[in-house]
Amino acid sequence: MAIRSTRPWRPIDPESLAALPGQLGVFELADASGQVIYIGRADARTLFGLRGEVAARAASIPGACSFRLEVTTAYHTRHLELLMAFRADHGRLPTHNPPSPELGRLSPGPSGLAS
Amino acid sequence: MNLALTDEQELVVSMVRRFVREEIVPLEAGLDPDADELPAEDFARLKAKVQAMGLYGLDIPPEYGGPELDLPTRTLIAIEMAQHRAGLYAPCYGVFGGAGLAQLFEANEDQQRRYLEPMLRGEKRGFFGLTEPSGGSDPARAIRTRAVRDGDDWIINGSKIFISGADRAHFGLVFARTDAGKGRGGVTCFIVDTDTPGFHVRRIVHTLRAARYATELQFENMRVPDANILGKLNGGFAIANDRLSRQRIPYAAGCIGVAILAHEMAVEYAPQRETFGAPLSSRQAIQWMLVDNEIDIESARWLTLAAAERAERGADFRKQAAMAKLVATEGASRVVDRCMQIFGGYGVTKDFPFERWYREMRIRRIGEGPSEVQRHIIARDILGASLR
Ligand SMILES: Cc1cc2nc3c(=O)[nH]c(=O)nc-3n(C[C@H](O)[C@H](O)[C@H](O)COP(=O)(O)OP(=O)(O)OC[C@H]3O[C@@H](n4cnc5c(N)ncnc54)[C@H](O)[C@@H]3O)c2cc1C
Repeated sequence: MAIRSTRPWRPIDPESLAALPGQLGVFELADASGQVIYIGRADARTLFGLRGEVAARAASIPGACSFRLEVTTAYHTRHLELLMAFRADHGRLPTHNPPSPELGRLSPGPSGLAS
Repeated sequence: MNLALTDEQELVVSMVRRFVREEIVPLEAGLDPDADELPAEDFARLKAKVQAMGLYGLDIPPEYGGPELDLPTRTLIAIEMAQHRAGLYAPCYGVFGGAGLAQLFEANEDQQRRYLEPMLRGEKRGFFGLTEPSGGSDPARAIRTRAVRDGDDWIINGSKIFISGADRAHFGLVFARTDAGKGRGGVTCFIVDTDTPGFHVRRIVHTLRAARYATELQFENMRVPDANILGKLNGGFAIANDRLSRQRIPYAAGCIGVAILAHEMAVEYAPQRETFGAPLSSRQAIQWMLVDNEIDIESARWLTLAAAERAERGADFRKQAAMAKLVATEGASRVVDRCMQIFGGYGVTKDFPFERWYREMRIRRIGEGPSEVQRHIIARDILGASLR
């Protein structure tokens, strides 16, 4: 499994959002330049899983233009892994993620592929 | 022989039970079902309560500031502390503190000052790095990570897998081969700082368990000073083994705690749920599930307390700890499975804790020495140490 997401980006528009699954998982939002600005998750407390969460975050985060997602029941650890991999690559978290002093450290290597 | 709890044990058990039910369980309603941490303010508030109860740092020996409680009493407390959704891998979300890596109590003075003391103060966290991709059941033979002496240092190369909490640790115990020709007598335990160049946490290993997740590590020419050898050169296997035996008692206790709560929920639910015009509890099929739960729980509880009692008085407890670990993990797995069945569709939803217990309980039959390894230990005890 790739550590950094390899899923295709999709535009934030009503059709794409309406077609999203109600399952649990993780997602990333990017700005117009393709820079990841938020990494989120739809956990088991959400009413409509990824569909509700991506739409809600896309509406509240200024500059969000596209998203990509992964359906996974391991949303908890996958979310942490994406945050850690982003921080390993950029030295910081995405602009719209709050500081997370307890986040672990990962050095995934350039290929980012798990052995 | 007296099997009754002492007055002090009764008191402490009921105090912890009340704490779990009144403080921990209500908080879980607002957390993600896979959460393994409390919000910082709740953590601080509850930790202060535990300190006021005199129970903080339960497993820390009294000479290091822990409370004066014997192992059977700590085992009874561990059974109580697990009785909530996250209880198996995050009992009470850590507000009771912990002794961390117990092997460090065997460390020399300098190592205790650098690692043990900050760990007990909660300033440093450690990981336990034994298992490798080449296998965990028989680490003495499987360890491929190599340490080669270079002046006053050792250069370590290799990898570890399934290592819990390494991404957030400040240091860890890394077992490496220091003498290729010596099998179990050629493994040494090194204390490794996680900011050492060449130390890498390559990925999270996603498993059925979200709490206290596992990681994969790689060591590339990692330089560790000779002063960081824990115990003796080539004496690492004894350290690993000792930890594994001791750890089996609280490991069993956690499973028993979860089984007790799952069973209690099923006992409460069965008379309420009606099918075909009568409550579930009136059906023999359901009654027998509850009976089998009761037997699984009681047998695990007594075996675990017996192992704790032997360990407390300094008797050999390896076989008893293996039996306790085996019976508790397998029995509690059956209990959770039966309770899920009694709850029907609700049993498998994330609205109830059974699905999390079911996933996490499955790991308990593999972690800390799988069931087959426990049977192997018991067989060796019966048939003699020459059995390999
Ligand atoms: C979530 C998680 C967290 C973990 N955390 C840690 C950690 O923090 N630190 C650490 O060092 N390790 C950790 N482990 C590793 C764990 O201890 C090992 O998975 C375990 O020891 C088994 O080793 P293995 O997975 O390599 O299985 P193997 O050794 O490959 O065994 C595979 C199967 O064969 C069975 N088997 C082995 N030998 C025999 C035999 N002689 N006869 C019959 N059957 C046999 C085993 O019981 C097992 O079921 C963790 C594992 C998990 C899943």
